[in-house]
Amino acid sequence: MAVVQQIAFILILGITAWLVFQRVNVIRKTILLGKDEDRKDQPEKRLAIMMRVAFGQKKMFDRPLIGVLHLAVYVGFILINIEVLEIILDGALGKHRILAPLLGSFYAYLISFFELLAIGVLVSCIIFLIRRIVTKVERLQPGRHREMNGWPQLDGKLILVFEIILMMAILSMNAADSLLQDIGNPHYIQTGVFFFSQALTPVFEGLNENMLLVVERFAWWFHILGIFVFAVYVTYSKHLHIVLAFPNTYFSRLSLKGKMDNMPEITSEVKIMLGLENQVGEAAVPERFGAKDVPDLSWKNLMDAYSCTECGRCTASCPANLTGKKLSPRKIMMDTRDRLEDIGKNMQANKGAFVPDGKNLIGDYILEEEILACTTCNACVQECPVLINPLDIILQLRRYKIMDEARAPGSWNMMFQNLDTNQSPWKFSPGDRFNWVEGLEKKSLD
Amino acid sequence: MAEMAAANESPEVLFWVGCAGSFDDRYKKVTIAFVKILNKAGVKFAVLGTEESCTGDPARRAGNEFTFQMLAMSNIQVLDMYGVKKIVTACPHCFNTLKNEYPELGGNYEVMHHSEYMQQLINEGRVRTEGGLAFKGRKITFHDSCYLGRANNIYEAPRHVLESLDADLVEMKRCRTKGLCCGAGGGQMFKEPEAGKKDINIERIEEALETGADTIAVACPFCMVMMTDGIKNKEKEGSVKIYDLAELIAQGQGL
Repeated sequence: MAVVQQIAFILILGITAWLVFQRVNVIRKTILLGKDEDRKDQPEKRLAIMMRVAFGQKKMFDRPLIGVLHLAVYVGFILINIEVLEIILDGALGKHRILAPLLGSFYAYLISFFELLAIGVLVSCIIFLIRRIVTKVERLQPGRHREMNGWPQLDGKLILVFEIILMMAILSMNAADSLLQDIGNPHYIQTGVFFFSQALTPVFEGLNENMLLVVERFAWWFHILGIFVFAVYVTYSKHLHIVLAFPNTYFSRLSLKGKMDNMPEITSEVKIMLGLENQVGEAAVPERFGAKDVPDLSWKNLMDAYSCTECGRCTASCPANLTGKKLSPRKIMMDTRDRLEDIGKNMQANKGAFVPDGKNLIGDYILEEEILACTTCNACVQECPVLINPLDIILQLRRYKIMDEARAPGSWNMMFQNLDTNQSPWKFSPGDRFNWVEGLEKKSLD
Repeated sequence: MAEMAAANESPEVLFWVGCAGSFDDRYKKVTIAFVKILNKAGVKFAVLGTEESCTGDPARRAGNEFTFQMLAMSNIQVLDMYGVKKIVTACPHCFNTLKNEYPELGGNYEVMHHSEYMQQLINEGRVRTEGGLAFKGRKITFHDSCYLGRANNIYEAPRHVLESLDADLVEMKRCRTKGLCCGAGGGQMFKEPEAGKKDINIERIEEALETGADTIAVACPFCMVMMTDGIKNKEKEGSVKIYDLAELIAQGQGL
């Protein structure tokens, strides 16, 4: 029986690893569809940002209560993984609590500490679920935010339910284990008391040894299989932020938020037009101005999309969204990821090569009306806990609409025309630019 | 600037007036107020006059990189021709573009927003807010401009300037990093808003009115237009006034 379990475990572990590997590959490939952009400069500064924002969760504490609850889940997740490592070793090697003899009496303290973390995760996830379902936090409601309809809101709840069940499985497993230790089952080595799961032992007290074995084995398998399913699920879910938050903050923009990326391909053309540079040979005409689809964006924009956990802090702070416009920075990120996922599926179905499907990010996923409504106020960029920049995508899509398709609202065309002819966005004569000085002379005191 | 250059003189600083400061009737008053402050402080400054062009910010934000770079390049030519080293401007959009976006196109200058510049003059004792209107006991609220605040992390300079007036500075619910946009950035100033349930400036003016302040201080020509429209919409233009920082300091100085 033990050998069967061991073989089954190794087989399932292998399948899980293979599935996760496949997904990681698709995600990696689709991110690399993006344009090259150097985000490797100043490694020390980048490391410091990653440690502060991702590892240290700094921005989550903008809302202190949520910050604490999220920290409980995060710390729980990271540290309980040490126990998962033991469980994987046990499963693969056919052992039980392989670390117990090595750690001696410290083992029980360690497991008790993990149990405390598990309770922290459990309580936090229940509160998060209440916030989604009962108190209906505005930014998470599909009724108010159309991008949350269907899968995204279900995804959000599933993750929480998943985590609650996994934590209950850990605690049940430990409680049944303790009872089996008390009975003196030789397979269950004496570890000392597990502090928190003890509270659950009365539930299983009436069971005989065989039934306890069933309960313990069931909880053990349920927990580890749950983790394997979770590992695959995460790669399809908004929950991917648990991994990508780290590289995403590391590679985030270091420049001031106000600075827009330059388009060097235009600079030399402008220089030639102004007579500052002589044309040498054929001018290199870029294939496209701005971004029409995801390959026109930078790889970092695409990593941003996979890192988004759809919390909606960006959208809740967006002046356009707040006043009822269609623009939602969160939707920009979700649409970008949806496009990437569609391209990924297309590539998988076509032996790794993308076969054009006639769709584009702008038009088929993101509407012109959305990108036109942005005030470039940077509130969304400011709010994101993992340093995603929705504004960067919006502006590149705008550049495509305005320069490549030459589709601008009429009043913007007027503004451009004024700028080209009068060097002012309004229709004033450049010769009148200094007329304000008359006001100074008139009202001047001396 | 041309006159100074002809006389072989160089100014302490170039005052970049901006399009709103040059053409918009309301904002011309801010230009004048700031010039009076500079004169009173004895700052030797210059302006480009008719040689100034739009920095190109509205074109760039609206997606028209060609027009932006054309304007930027010719401005850089003019600035470099006069050997300009230091620039001060009352417009956060000009400020952001000159400071953060011109260097990549070859224009490198020390650029200050007038809030920072006035704070410096106050700290140096070159500007004293006395002899004019007394602000003691009056409530002033400051509306953060996106291109000063989030874009360039300037939150305190405008507040320090206002504190010199000895007024009662009250904050809106959303301020500093959380400050709500007036609705005009990113080219919105030059087009109608998309369909929605409310205009952004109305949302913001309601928040400003909630503070009970009788003066709303702004530091940006676009914010000035949006907040002024908002106050008219609420029919409160009689009881609540909107001023730029420079106007308030000039009033405090009795200029």
